[in-house]
Amino acid sequence: MSDATPQAPRKSSSLLSVDTQTQKRNSAENRFKNYGLIAVMAGLLALVILLTSILNNGLSSFQQSFVTIEVELPEAKLDKSGTRDLTVMSKVTTFGYAPLLTAAMQAVIEENGVEIEGLTKKEIGGFVSKDSAAQLRDFVLANPEVVGTTQSFTFLANGRIDGYYKGRVTAASAELDKNVSPAQLQLADALLDAGVLTNGFNTGFFTKGDASGQRPEAAGLGVAILGSLYMMIVVLCLALPIGVAASIYLEEFAAKNRFTDLIEVNIANLAAVPSIVFGILGLAIFINFAGLPQSAPIVGGLVLTLMTLPTIIIATRASLKSVPPSIRQAALGIGASKMQSVFHHVLPLAAPGILTGTIIGLAQALGETAPLLLIGMVAFVKEFPGAPPEGFFDPASALPVQVFNWTQRSDPAFVERASGAIIVLLVFLILMNAIAVLLRRRFERRW
Amino acid sequence: MPVIWILLIVLALAAVGYVLGRRRAYASAEGEIRKLHSLPAYYGYNAAMLTAVPAFFVIAIWLIAQPILIDARIGALIPDSAISESSTRGLVMSDVRRVAEGLDKLVAAGSLTDEETHNLHIETTDIRELLGSVGTALGSDVAPEVLSAAQDYRVLSGAASLGMTILAFVAAIGGLYYSLKQTNKDFRARNTVESMVLSLLVVASTIAILTTAGIVLSMLFETRNFFSQYNWADFYFGTTWSPSFSGRGGSSQLGLLPLLWGTLYISVIALLVAVPIGLYAAIYLSEYAGPKMRSAAKPLIEILAGIPTIVYGLFALITVGPMLRDYFAQPLGLGESASSVMTAGIVMGVMLIPFVSSLSDDIINAVPQSLRDGSLGLGATKSETIRQVVVPAALPGIVGAVLLAASRAIGETMIVVMGAGAAARLDLNPFEAMTTVTVKIVSQLTGDTDFSSPETLVAFALGLTLFVITLGLNIVALAIVRKYREQYE
Repeated sequence: MSDATPQAPRKSSSLLSVDTQTQKRNSAENRFKNYGLIAVMAGLLALVILLTSILNNGLSSFQQSFVTIEVELPEAKLDKSGTRDLTVMSKVTTFGYAPLLTAAMQAVIEENGVEIEGLTKKEIGGFVSKDSAAQLRDFVLANPEVVGTTQSFTFLANGRIDGYYKGRVTAASAELDKNVSPAQLQLADALLDAGVLTNGFNTGFFTKGDASGQRPEAAGLGVAILGSLYMMIVVLCLALPIGVAASIYLEEFAAKNRFTDLIEVNIANLAAVPSIVFGILGLAIFINFAGLPQSAPIVGGLVLTLMTLPTIIIATRASLKSVPPSIRQAALGIGASKMQSVFHHVLPLAAPGILTGTIIGLAQALGETAPLLLIGMVAFVKEFPGAPPEGFFDPASALPVQVFNWTQRSDPAFVERASGAIIVLLVFLILMNAIAVLLRRRFERRW
Repeated sequence: MPVIWILLIVLALAAVGYVLGRRRAYASAEGEIRKLHSLPAYYGYNAAMLTAVPAFFVIAIWLIAQPILIDARIGALIPDSAISESSTRGLVMSDVRRVAEGLDKLVAAGSLTDEETHNLHIETTDIRELLGSVGTALGSDVAPEVLSAAQDYRVLSGAASLGMTILAFVAAIGGLYYSLKQTNKDFRARNTVESMVLSLLVVASTIAILTTAGIVLSMLFETRNFFSQYNWADFYFGTTWSPSFSGRGGSSQLGLLPLLWGTLYISVIALLVAVPIGLYAAIYLSEYAGPKMRSAAKPLIEILAGIPTIVYGLFALITVGPMLRDYFAQPLGLGESASSVMTAGIVMGVMLIPFVSSLSDDIINAVPQSLRDGSLGLGATKSETIRQVVVPAALPGIVGAVLLAASRAIGETMIVVMGAGAAARLDLNPFEAMTTVTVKIVSQLTGDTDFSSPETLVAFALGLTLFVITLGLNIVALAIVRKYREQYE
């Protein structure tokens, strides 16, 4: 080894100068880090795009165009007998009321001196919502004494006129649209100047039931909100006690045996079963087998209960587990029975965690759509369900299903309504989750 | 008597039982609590539970059994001649129920007495108009057989609910009497109450088993009905999906393969979106990001997981679909449809990002720090450590997470209903509308359904297939994740 073999000239390297390999490795490091950053940004960007798209499309649904006009209610048309007998008066259908609206609109146009070329009588009558005649009729039948007088009413403007002020309808699109004419849009502008047409907050969106495809302006979320509320009541009343009882058994009492394992495996799998399968279960068992009515909040509530149970059980078990064993031992040490130690000490200490889990489970159930489609909640429901408990068996809608229902209609005004309904749904979800976070912050204990 | 009243009265009886049981225990100990075996409240609980629980069980069982028994009884009474060609026994039965319901309403409205409903005849009164006056609209005139069956139905259900009321009260009062009789100072009330509570807890925890059993049995039963009308091989290996709407069976082709293809294609695209983004986000957040960035970005990404799927569906329908069509599909000449595999896949991928990222985050955090330290100590850069040490160590867990995400994607409904379209086809073009198993379950089971035709029953076979696929994926995934977790514990 003493031979000094001629060596290749030594590559001079220094810790101070970076060689190419290190450069490569460092740039690979940077690339990798940037991929990660891009991925995080992509996730956040998706969230932002999703929310802005919904807000953009939906916020306008909280605004609505109204027309305030004086309507003359002649006795000769509405009550020929003159007796104000409701059975006689109810024979006059909405078709009998429509001409009164047209006359009232004509009067208001003349009064304000609006002159628009090519405005037909039909277009004048169609300026207000198709729902207005029914609104007028309901009012007259509820207050028969107004017949023969002139009353001031606020009607919804036609959906296309409403869309004109939201940028959905333009003079160019009105040319092609058989439901609205450019003349009507001119009339709308003139009436807006005259103060007859106003744009205001749309309270009807929260209080009205669904409306048919011809009258998107009259469609509201009232029935859907009430139906969702009923279902949440059912879910809360069933899923919370059953879920807590099951978790207490599994966490505190169950011996490790086959039966317990079977339950555990079942709960883990139920948590991952696709939601639509629960819909099939609801249809087959609750509707076809037990004969419960379709579209009823009770059936929806039962199906959602079964879906929510695993969530509540998993959350409850986690919070029971987090109560330190010293609490149980202390209780047992001063002579409490096992049952007493659980119900008097462990359960109260675990309660905030259980409540948080329950609220999150409810929020999940509130947004669930697919199983409700199968149990008939997608049906058209205009009437409000009755008061509980009978109301649980009346047909109702639910918020997410109402959204789906509206997206299936042809009139683009319904897409706006659907986005508005999504905003309402998201507000409810944010509220529920905020309550859950607050509860956790306020009551969470670190042992 | 309405069930709700029975429940309230039983509850009131239970409250009475609580007071009486407590008082009786006191009396037997002559007012000295020390002489009692248990705390006085336990004697009260014992009486209350023995009153309420058996009565509630009676009511629950009765409510489930009553419609089944009555339907069977009345169904047998309807002669075959009353069932017309185009109808089935089930449809006639629902007519019977409607007529009976209408008669109930008439009695409630006071326009008929109970007596008169039994004497109604098809010849003397126009039943259809009579029922119409209380809001029960019937599709056709009432057949005499249906009317008499409806009259029997009313009598039977009246008798049955009377029976339930009596039995429930007997159970409640019997329980109350028995529990009070047991009560004396030596009675081990706490032990009795605790064992009753324990058995209620066990019952509650078996609901999970019952639910699974309900799912499997209901689908198996209807799937068997389906396969008795439709060849199973044609279903599983058929390449055409074209249910007929008018005819019964016969001309319908119900092949699973196009649906399965659509499902898998969309799921693959969703995973191609979700896995890289979710995985890189998880790596960045757990290995690179500072605590501030982590605590801000992690909850924000997880918001995506809390958004209901209907919101994603609407997003696909009104934003992503039209955008992909206008900027990609039409310029490239690939398709004209806003609903496409791509639309549904991308939106579903967004939905799955938090799912993949939070699961992988947990798994990456579970890799012991010593592995990282060793690799860094040998001179590896951070990214080399992650790629060559951390990810391989976490790989089984990550695979499990991806499988769970895949099972989510396969079972997802609303996004594909609103974003993927309804046309069943075997095609490679991702900008073409395709359909999935879940979409077809929804479309075959909503609207007018007739549970004797294969077009409706096929939904149950589809549901069972879906259930088996997702269950298999979940079991494999959970087993992998669990096994991996044990490795480092």
